[in-house]
Amino acid sequence: MAELDTSGGGKKGGGKVRSKKQSTRVDLTAMVDLAFLLITFFIFTTTLQKPKAMDLTMPDKDEKQDTRLPVPESRTMTILLGSKNKVEWYIGLPTKPLTAPIVEGFGKNGIRKSLMEQGEQIKQKSGGKEMIVLIKPSDKSTYSDMVSIMDELNIIGNQQRAIVDITPIEIGLLKTSNIY
Amino acid sequence: MPRVKVARKSTAIDMTAMCDVAFLLLTFFILSAKPKTQDPIHAEVPASTSQIAVDENDVSTVLVAQQKAFFGIAGVDLRIQTLKQMGDKYKIQFTPEEIKVFSGTESFGVPIQSMKQFLSMSSDERTALKQPGIPVDTTSNNELYNWVHEARVADKLLHNQEMKLAIKGDSQEEYPTIAKIIKTLQKQKVNKFSLITSLRTVTK
Repeated sequence: MAELDTSGGGKKGGGKVRSKKQSTRVDLTAMVDLAFLLITFFIFTTTLQKPKAMDLTMPDKDEKQDTRLPVPESRTMTILLGSKNKVEWYIGLPTKPLTAPIVEGFGKNGIRKSLMEQGEQIKQKSGGKEMIVLIKPSDKSTYSDMVSIMDELNIIGNQQRAIVDITPIEIGLLKTSNIY
Repeated sequence: MPRVKVARKSTAIDMTAMCDVAFLLLTFFILSAKPKTQDPIHAEVPASTSQIAVDENDVSTVLVAQQKAFFGIAGVDLRIQTLKQMGDKYKIQFTPEEIKVFSGTESFGVPIQSMKQFLSMSSDERTALKQPGIPVDTTSNNELYNWVHEARVADKLLHNQEMKLAIKGDSQEEYPTIAKIIKTLQKQKVNKFSLITSLRTVTK
């Protein structure tokens, strides 16, 4: 949209030679184009979303045995993390589980549903006490499994949980379920 | 009879105001933009529903991917102090030039013995280099332990605060590698740290 110089063209005979009066207006179109192009570039390249973090508190590795609290097995749910993004869970001790071990996946119809149901049941049986969840990642599980299971516990609002080392008996359990 | 003349209007619009606005926005975006820090290794962080935002300028990060560990110390003054302390510990003298390069390094993954060589490279060479990762052995040669420890001591010394730590792991990383890092941190009684995740919406 460049402006055309419409000021008088030809000289009139006779009169003084006048210098042409030039317009002081600059065509800003190109400049605006450039500015918006750069704005677009910066909008696309800036990451407005800051990374999120999940806080993780590990149990204190205290060597002294007397500071450890006994865990009631009837309130304890153990979740074993296996391969292929599968988990296996049971209530009680691995040698004599109170419920048979069940293999499940993640998501709202998988482990979250079980966590909610078991949490409710345990609360009723024990008179309002919260379920204790032990997470035991096996060597075949991935980091995302661990984050997912912690996230599921965050979603249902469970605070009584810990990440514990897996035992050989539990690895055996995973092996029989074909997720190790 | 005089004809009524329709005044011919110019098609040119005054662009000045638009130009002003455009440049104002441009300035804002340029000033608010933070250059994206290039991690020495790519890690696809797992998603979670956690909403807590981390300030990366304030949190030192252990980056874990492909069974390698990298350490990023937050803040220039903290980096300088940590490198000096590590130099004392391993009897390595770093020149002011090397310290300057190190203070600009966001994250690194080289053993302390090759640190001098790493810092003498040009920045292009450093980006292209496939860094071997900081040794994290469960036995005596646990350099990550010393790095984290010295950084914590330095933070206490400089800012009188407990250093915040975060783990940024690749989602496909096998658990033993992560467990090794967590054990390293727990050995110095760091039981509380953050896991960096990306945001996922809850499916109810």
